[in-house]
Amino acid sequence: MKPFTYERATTPAAAASAAARVPGAKFIAGGTNLLDLMKIGVEEPAHLIDVNGLDLDTIEPTDEGGLRLGAMVRNTDLAADARIRRDYPLLSRALLAGASGQLRNKATTGGNLLQRTRCPYFYDTNQACNKRLPGSGCAAIGGFSRQHAIVGASKSCIAVHPSDMAVAMRALDATVETVRPDGSTRRIPIADFHTLPGNTPHIENVLAPGELITAVTLPRPVGGTQLYHKVRDRASYAFALVSVAMIVQPDGSGRVALGGVAHKPWRVEAAETEFPKGAKAVATRLLAGAQPTEGNAFKVTLVERTIAASLAEAKEAKA
Amino acid sequence: MKFDTPATTNPIDRLKVVGQPVDRIDGPFKTTGTAHYAYEQHEAVPHHAYGYVVGSSIAKGRIVSIDLTRAQRAPGVLAIVTAKTAGKLDKGKFNTARLLGGPEIEHYHQAVAVVVAETFEQARAAAQLVRVDYARSPGKFDLAAAKDSARKPDRGKSDTAVGDFAAGFAASAVKLDAMYTTPDHSHAMMEPHASIAAWEGDKLTLWTANQMIDWGRGDVAITLGIPKENVRLISPYIGGGFGGKLFVRSDALLAALGARAAKRPVAVALPRPFMINNTTHRPATIQRIRIGASKDGKIQAIGHESWSGDLPGGDPETAVQQTRLLYAGANRMTATRLAVLDLPEGNAMRAPGEASGLMALEIAIDEMAEKLGMDPVEFRILNDTQVDPEKPDRPFSQRRLVECLRTGAKRFGWEHRATRPATRRDGRWLVGMGMAAAFRNNLVMKSGARVRLDRNGRVTVETDMTDIGTGSYTIIAQTAAEMMGLPLDRIDVRLGDSTFPVSSGSGGQWGGNSSTAGVYAACVKLREAIAQKLGLDPNAANFEDGKVAVGQRSVPITQAAAAGDVVAEDSMEYGDLGKRYQQSTFGAHFVEARVDAATGEIRVDRMLAVCAAGRILNPKSARSQVIGAMTMGVGAALMEELVVDRRLGFFVNHDLAGYEVPVHADIPHQDVVFLDETDPMSSPMKAKGVGELGICGVAAAVANAVYNATGVRVRDYPVTLDKFIDTLPPVA
Repeated sequence: MKPFTYERATTPAAAASAAARVPGAKFIAGGTNLLDLMKIGVEEPAHLIDVNGLDLDTIEPTDEGGLRLGAMVRNTDLAADARIRRDYPLLSRALLAGASGQLRNKATTGGNLLQRTRCPYFYDTNQACNKRLPGSGCAAIGGFSRQHAIVGASKSCIAVHPSDMAVAMRALDATVETVRPDGSTRRIPIADFHTLPGNTPHIENVLAPGELITAVTLPRPVGGTQLYHKVRDRASYAFALVSVAMIVQPDGSGRVALGGVAHKPWRVEAAETEFPKGAKAVATRLLAGAQPTEGNAFKVTLVERTIAASLAEAKEAKA
Repeated sequence: MKFDTPATTNPIDRLKVVGQPVDRIDGPFKTTGTAHYAYEQHEAVPHHAYGYVVGSSIAKGRIVSIDLTRAQRAPGVLAIVTAKTAGKLDKGKFNTARLLGGPEIEHYHQAVAVVVAETFEQARAAAQLVRVDYARSPGKFDLAAAKDSARKPDRGKSDTAVGDFAAGFAASAVKLDAMYTTPDHSHAMMEPHASIAAWEGDKLTLWTANQMIDWGRGDVAITLGIPKENVRLISPYIGGGFGGKLFVRSDALLAALGARAAKRPVAVALPRPFMINNTTHRPATIQRIRIGASKDGKIQAIGHESWSGDLPGGDPETAVQQTRLLYAGANRMTATRLAVLDLPEGNAMRAPGEASGLMALEIAIDEMAEKLGMDPVEFRILNDTQVDPEKPDRPFSQRRLVECLRTGAKRFGWEHRATRPATRRDGRWLVGMGMAAAFRNNLVMKSGARVRLDRNGRVTVETDMTDIGTGSYTIIAQTAAEMMGLPLDRIDVRLGDSTFPVSSGSGGQWGGNSSTAGVYAACVKLREAIAQKLGLDPNAANFEDGKVAVGQRSVPITQAAAAGDVVAEDSMEYGDLGKRYQQSTFGAHFVEARVDAATGEIRVDRMLAVCAAGRILNPKSARSQVIGAMTMGVGAALMEELVVDRRLGFFVNHDLAGYEVPVHADIPHQDVVFLDETDPMSSPMKAKGVGELGICGVAAAVANAVYNATGVRVRDYPVTLDKFIDTLPPVA
């Protein structure tokens, strides 16, 4: 671990400005991912800006009838919030499907969106990884890729985004609020927040240097039956092989987003017009152009079957 | 004391303390953090420095050069040791690869340097600055590809044959010929390999996590080229081993070398990835099983072949050994082949041989039962044998497999199992039941102890036996209490120090029976010494309730130590009872599992183990051993696999996020039954091993339950959904 300096920010704008000022600076919130990566030399920030004391840990109603989730709201608190459980059960379920109780107690809303991939080659500094060391290559391609992407990947990177929470937020059309080093703020639709790897897999989102997430807003509740189906080899504390976030309305229309299949939460709005035709049609549109590896081709089948199971469950819940 | 005739009645048979489910006496220390593990010996070794290991980034090749300049200049660095600067090092008897590599590299993450610094963080930071330039050479990393190059191993029995297997198999009415694979497994124990080394002149003391103190002491001496007398190993508490700590590993050697270079004590712990690629693992196997039976279900021919790989000079996974003994059949063969692989060193992990062998054999038996249209329990019972099938004049000392099977079937509700697979459904779940026989040989090892009675009437037991979380402290105390007629709280047990008499150590499920038998031997001597001091006939003396009595005369035991401690030391050695009688432990595992009809996710609902393993010295700690082993068996069945990168030659998923082991949510209620049994051929304790029996057959029972639920047979472990999702019926 490289020695680093540390400061506690006093306001979001000050944090953003400090981050832009000091080269190699990073924000630290819960630290559940960053500290692990620092210990093994994958992340080597020269300076840490602690954003835990910025009063960003409340959940408040918005004027539009939605909720504004402070960036420092812990995953545990968010999942347990009565308004979330009542109006956005999808989000609560996704959160509770992730990590462990101890990790959720520390992990934050903003930090969860910025989790790095769990690709084992990314975690091993002896191995080629364009995400860790741009231009070094990708050892996962042709290697162990059971957990890896089947859509939206590139010749540079086949990693997946590991978050469950973000998949639910994608289905809920959340918006990410930020503050930039110059003090200005902006709102980024979650659909535009995470990026595909392309030739720059080390870039994982659209945040500019120093830009700090201050909140995530949820629009008015959309109702319907909300399900989060996470498929994994063991019952808890495992990353998704695939996950399906689904909202089904009484009229049979709905939304679906996938986790564990791409470099970002995967949603193709056009696929949702296929809901009346059933799982196969939805999955086919969602995974159009999929290029799985030999090791993860099963995910294509698994996605379709998990969507089918979710549709069936939604039907049952309605009945 | 020599044990060469079957045990008769002895003081242990009173079972006032032995056989009682008493709490672990080390439990309160562990739950309050006052049991100090190797890396926590800060009171014994204040002001030690920290060493951090640098591992090879290639699997095979040579070090061209090492640049230490930046690391040496890093803050807090005290010393850096590489093979070049370590001085002459030999290789321990129990190591296959060298613990400090260079210039030749034998496997990924083989240690190439240790960086010693004032703090752990400084050592780790500096270790990341060590620049090593390697020249890679091609290696063999793929067992399937290397299978045809496999040869008979140099050591052990590679081939067995009885009758005429080929003819017997060919003539059988019902035949099975199937291939199975098991992957590499990691011990994945909680406590990492860790050591603190301190030199005093040319004498070395090592606080280290090690299951076998005397083996370790010998190998440290050999490796460093110093007399064994100059090495002291101390290992009072061990946070799990499962075979991963049977041998000296790089943490111990590099702590010793680092301490010598830095001229002060040094602590080294291996980070988790090193536990997977730097230390040992259970090797993967490819197994072929052929079984032929008559129409009425009698096995006529049984053949088991196994292929595994290891570094040059290594050993095979002996996956066929149970097949020589478990079922009857006149025509038999086994073969063990070993390929050279340049992966990290393969070695023992919990129930080496049987755990992997039964993963395959007990699926094969399930398949045969189905082919014969027989119930799997009945098929096993029909083919039971009470004698060694290879040497029919050699009986088992005890063999109550049939009782295990029948007891288990009844208790588990086996009659509710659907005979036809894929016919039981509970909502979205496919439900099935599976079972398997459990078998593990019973090994006995010479074991010694020293016992001391003091004037306060306390008895102290000293032996270099280890407690790897199994309950050794407790059963040893129970043994001494029973022998001396004292309550448990008057016994002090001191373990894991090479200044104590050499014990059996912990491994191969021999530790419980062997180490307590050694304590028994020492206590017999102590009883004699005490009786003599009290002027009583040692042969007639009865030790009970703190008194020694002969006829009407009864004297408090403390009186014997009034003038000074009474000390006795002895060990238990074994004659040829193990040759004359086949000593094994038996069991039956029953599992109910459910499979998500849509996603193929598998969850275990219920588990039962019935064990026949001699006298159970402490039902509570024995049950803990068995449920832990059953949990490990679920891991082997459903998730555990060290994934080999066949291009780069290493285990890719080298942390506990990637190498999944069961979590609480994966494990349902586990029921364990011990048959009431004593085995007078095993030792005066009449006990046998049980900690490894518990894992044997579990994975196959789970796999058979999955088959019963889905109708899809998976012969390649772990049984994960990607291997059968394509064959599940459409989602309703």
